[in-house]
Amino acid sequence: MSLSFVASQLFQTLLSVFLAPLMLGWVNQCRAWLQNRSGPGLLQPYRVLRKLFMKDAVLAYNASWLFRLTPYVVFGCMVLAVSIVPVLATDLPFSPGADVIALVGLFALARVFMALAAMDVGTAFGSLGARREMLVASLAEPALLMVFFTPALISQSTALTTIVETLAHKQLTLYPSLAFAAAAFVMLLLAENARVPVDNPATHLELTMIHEAMILEYSARHLALMEWAQALKLMTYTAIGIALFVPWGIAEAGYWAGLPLAIVALVAKLLAAGAALAVLEMVSAKMRIFRVPEFLGMAFLFAVLGMLTRILLGSAG
Amino acid sequence: MSNQLINLMAALLLLIAFAMVSQRRILRLIYLFAAQGFVLSMNTVIVAVATKQPHLYASALITLGLKVIALPWLLHRLIDRLNVRWDVETLINIPTTMLVGILLVILSFNLALPISQLAGTITRGTLGIAMASVLLSLLMMITRRKAVPQVIGFLSLENGLFFAATSATYGMPMVVELGIALDVLVGTFIFGIFFFQIRETFDSLDIHHLEKLKDRG
Repeated sequence: MSLSFVASQLFQTLLSVFLAPLMLGWVNQCRAWLQNRSGPGLLQPYRVLRKLFMKDAVLAYNASWLFRLTPYVVFGCMVLAVSIVPVLATDLPFSPGADVIALVGLFALARVFMALAAMDVGTAFGSLGARREMLVASLAEPALLMVFFTPALISQSTALTTIVETLAHKQLTLYPSLAFAAAAFVMLLLAENARVPVDNPATHLELTMIHEAMILEYSARHLALMEWAQALKLMTYTAIGIALFVPWGIAEAGYWAGLPLAIVALVAKLLAAGAALAVLEMVSAKMRIFRVPEFLGMAFLFAVLGMLTRILLGSAG
Repeated sequence: MSNQLINLMAALLLLIAFAMVSQRRILRLIYLFAAQGFVLSMNTVIVAVATKQPHLYASALITLGLKVIALPWLLHRLIDRLNVRWDVETLINIPTTMLVGILLVILSFNLALPISQLAGTITRGTLGIAMASVLLSLLMMITRRKAVPQVIGFLSLENGLFFAATSATYGMPMVVELGIALDVLVGTFIFGIFFFQIRETFDSLDIHHLEKLKDRG
């Protein structure tokens, strides 16, 4: 493993980790503009994180070690997850070791810890949030795997770097099956990141929250890590979406001259994705919790349909 | 390249057909129908450019005017006048409908496979997709209880047929196309009149009531 590989990996990971709150700020800013508010500014998530890191942590008196460990595990999982996804270039030494299935596993690990920690303190909200999160996750996870299988079938590999190389750097081909996978992926992104049709990230209203209910007991640095992890998760999902469906611009392995272009392309795509997410959230109303299985079932079926199109139409799909 | 674009349009058509099957709101159904018309007209333009057939441009223009603007506007007015912006009631629940839909897609892909292997046109891969959207529209007509979604299902079925015609044979003769366009328009008008009649007789647009019609003589 050469030094440039390590440098590339380190640069991409750090870039994603520190860009993630900015991405969240951009989405919030777009939402504010669409709602005719002036908005808190792009840097607000950083300010919140700094404030939280400077505070003293308060723990419930019956909180166990699990409760204190969870923020670090969740944050670690998300950092690992974002390091697998090629955002700028495809030379990632982590990538051969961890493919998209490992990525789904990382999300699952973080989720298990989060749900356990939510139930650890024993408040009603925590277990309510954990149960709902598990309801959403149990339906979203198989659908996410199905979404990954379509590009994996196209590129004959489950490693994200190989998928990106096949889709972006071979001759330009449009795959109809990816249209289905993309539709399913957008639905999953909304569900998994606690965005509007499934959950509302801005609310602390008891009966509707899912994600917020789980992290209700956290404060200070723990809360900061949890929120940062959430921003990272959104970033990871956006990066996966870019890598799978609009990978053009991501630099080839060992091609350092392509890096400036890759950065410009990444920023443009993130801006577009954030704005699109805000619009999507504005035009849809939050659905009842019992409609969520139907929503995710649809995502699953779209993903299956994508795979079917790929298999049945053969090379044209 | 145009081959791939047509395949992509075909996939979008099928995607919208699926979204229509799973949609509960009439208003959204109408928007989806308009979107399907738009995809259809884009597809016709692509085929026209690829095969250099000028009459397909006219066909695309008719599709655009009729299926993206006129019919959705008409339907929109209709549901406003009938005051039926309610949720669509389905006979079987939506996830089951979607599963049936997947089976239909597999069926039609397999049916179309031997035919498209014989075909020499650039768009042969899309025959299965066109067939699947026709079957999905039929499924939507079967599973909906109210009259308006059934009519939208019928119109979307016509979209699927039109797509099959464009992709399999590079479009029909101009006379046929004009005739079909007029038929669809007139059909929608007649359906509109039917809606008012059905509602006046039964105080509801539920097709279910029609089953009770008995000759009392």
